[in-house]
Amino acid sequence: MALWGMVIDLDRCTGCQACVMACKAENNVPAVGAKEANRGRTISWMHVLVEESEERTRFLPRPCLQCDDPPCTRVCPVYATYRNPEGIVAQIYARCIGCRFCMAACPYNAKYFNWLRYQQAAPGQNPDVSVRPKGVVEKCTFCHHRLQRARDRARGEGRELAPGDYVTACAETCPTRAIVFGDLSDSGSEVARLAKSPRAFRLNAELGTKPKVIYLSETEAHGRV
Amino acid sequence: MAVSDPTVERDAALFAPIERTGWGFYLTVGVLGLAILWGAAAYWTQFDQGLGVTGLHQPVSWGFYVTNFVFFIGISHAGTLISAILRLSKAEWRRPITRMAEVITVMVLFIGAGQILVDLGRPDRLLNVIRYGRYQSPLLWDATSISAYLTASTFYLYLPLIPDLAILRDRLGKRRFLYAVLAMGWTGTERQHKILNRAIATMAVLVIPIAVSVHTVVSFVFSMTIQPGWHSTIFGPYFVVGAIFSGIAAIIVAMAIIRRIYHFEAYLKPIHFRYLGQLLLVMTLLWFYFTFAEYLTAYYGNEPEEMKIFWAKFTGRFWPIFWAMLVLNVVVPIACLVRLRHHAIGKTVVASVAVVIGMWLERLNIIVPTLSNPRLPFPEGQYWPTWVEWGETAGSLGLFILLYVLFVKLFPIISIWEIKEGREVGLKEVEERLRTYLPDETEPEPARDRAKVLT
Repeated sequence: MALWGMVIDLDRCTGCQACVMACKAENNVPAVGAKEANRGRTISWMHVLVEESEERTRFLPRPCLQCDDPPCTRVCPVYATYRNPEGIVAQIYARCIGCRFCMAACPYNAKYFNWLRYQQAAPGQNPDVSVRPKGVVEKCTFCHHRLQRARDRARGEGRELAPGDYVTACAETCPTRAIVFGDLSDSGSEVARLAKSPRAFRLNAELGTKPKVIYLSETEAHGRV
Repeated sequence: MAVSDPTVERDAALFAPIERTGWGFYLTVGVLGLAILWGAAAYWTQFDQGLGVTGLHQPVSWGFYVTNFVFFIGISHAGTLISAILRLSKAEWRRPITRMAEVITVMVLFIGAGQILVDLGRPDRLLNVIRYGRYQSPLLWDATSISAYLTASTFYLYLPLIPDLAILRDRLGKRRFLYAVLAMGWTGTERQHKILNRAIATMAVLVIPIAVSVHTVVSFVFSMTIQPGWHSTIFGPYFVVGAIFSGIAAIIVAMAIIRRIYHFEAYLKPIHFRYLGQLLLVMTLLWFYFTFAEYLTAYYGNEPEEMKIFWAKFTGRFWPIFWAMLVLNVVVPIACLVRLRHHAIGKTVVASVAVVIGMWLERLNIIVPTLSNPRLPFPEGQYWPTWVEWGETAGSLGLFILLYVLFVKLFPIISIWEIKEGREVGLKEVEERLRTYLPDETEPEPARDRAKVLT
């Protein structure tokens, strides 16, 4: 069975926010408006964290890290969030009771809450992704609907799912190819190869959450591995 | 058929709140009603529009409601636990206090558990907790423990109420049907007393571990996560100590108010306040000990994530809450409680009011600073509650006090039969018990001979 994962090369990231916008368009992530944004309620499944120091500015794109041992699923009282067999941490919007325990437990703040009803179903949205009602938690799902679609297409063409059939919107859109997506369990895949790079590290690895989003640290070589 | 039992007539003062209703009662109910109305308006606004009408946001996704939850559940430890411990230890001074303590527990548990409902983004899906309940989640542990505690303390309140209900049934003209049904045919035979006493003793033993489990699993909501400031092994006992601490303070406040309003000076004497005040002093020191251990461990370990929260509390944005908590929970109580020979009531009440406020701040101080400081370089969270949270808090407090006031109006808040039992049985029992502690007088053993053998 596949184990979906992502490698993000911090040397290549320019902080252009293309992944953020692609994610919002792909997943019907609501624009909450200026007033709500000022209150700290922006929803951004993919979020580019910025760390500024005197020498330089660093960017860290943070989707849900899709932990293999997720602290968020552990505390959910109703099985509304769980790790599926292919390693994707899912959220069932129709079941979530909105207790926000998973938000309090996630050390990466990767879960977002619909504080108000931010949007309704409307033309122009991605029909493959459900629009979230108020009062539930939502999160990055590695564009899980794309996997379902890719599977359907492969089945229609009478073949197995091939590498490259399924890729997330952020990875697809990244202009510097800083984001690489694929099957970590397939040792031949680019993502599995990059994950073994000496530059590879996991965010807060000491917490034991085993994220499947792996970062490549910055070097003097600037992206030439 | 108003039977006038002379032994009961002696405690006629205890019926006064039930028999007569003055304008003060209606005024109180009116004021509480306004607070509840404010809370209802707040909750309706939130139910209609969503939790966005509160000050909650990313990353501070828990605020007043969860604080209130922990606080109210903590207050609930007053009653049943203290009453059970005093009963089991045969402390005779408990008699006028147990009932008013037990009522706090039962009433405040409803309010505490209700906070979780208010906090939910989708209260309409509450039953998912039963339909899809996931026992690995500490929230399910809470649900189990709190419902067990509510059940046990309701029984524990009801059982010692039965003889009093029978007295009301026989003595009072009004609401006879209610009292007759609730008294379940109590006539006060020896057999009935024996069964009742055994039931009360069983419940008293049962209720102690349940009470301890309640605030332990409440703390587990925080300590089972890996968040700095929460992930601590002492949180279970720390929360239980804090709960008993705030609970005793709540009893003292309730006692003082009831004593003043209904002129129960003959029943609630300075000695009762002094004893509870000493208990409160012990809990102050115990709470400080836990707090000291908790913060010193964080400080000495010097882990960056822990220190971010440590400094946020000590000198950062949360310093007013943190230092107010320490002053109210330690400085004020110690100053008031070390010498209780004079003005015992005034001093214990001042200390108790300080502790109730201080413990609420303690709960806030545990929840908000940790959530405000995420590990990753997000901007720091700025949580300011809106009128909705204030209204909900006022309404919750108002509803709790209203339920209490109504109980006092319907049932004797001081156990009449237990006071009577104290006079008739307790006095003799204590003397006999005391005799068993002393060296036996019947068998005078020649001390000199024994000494010889030993040397």
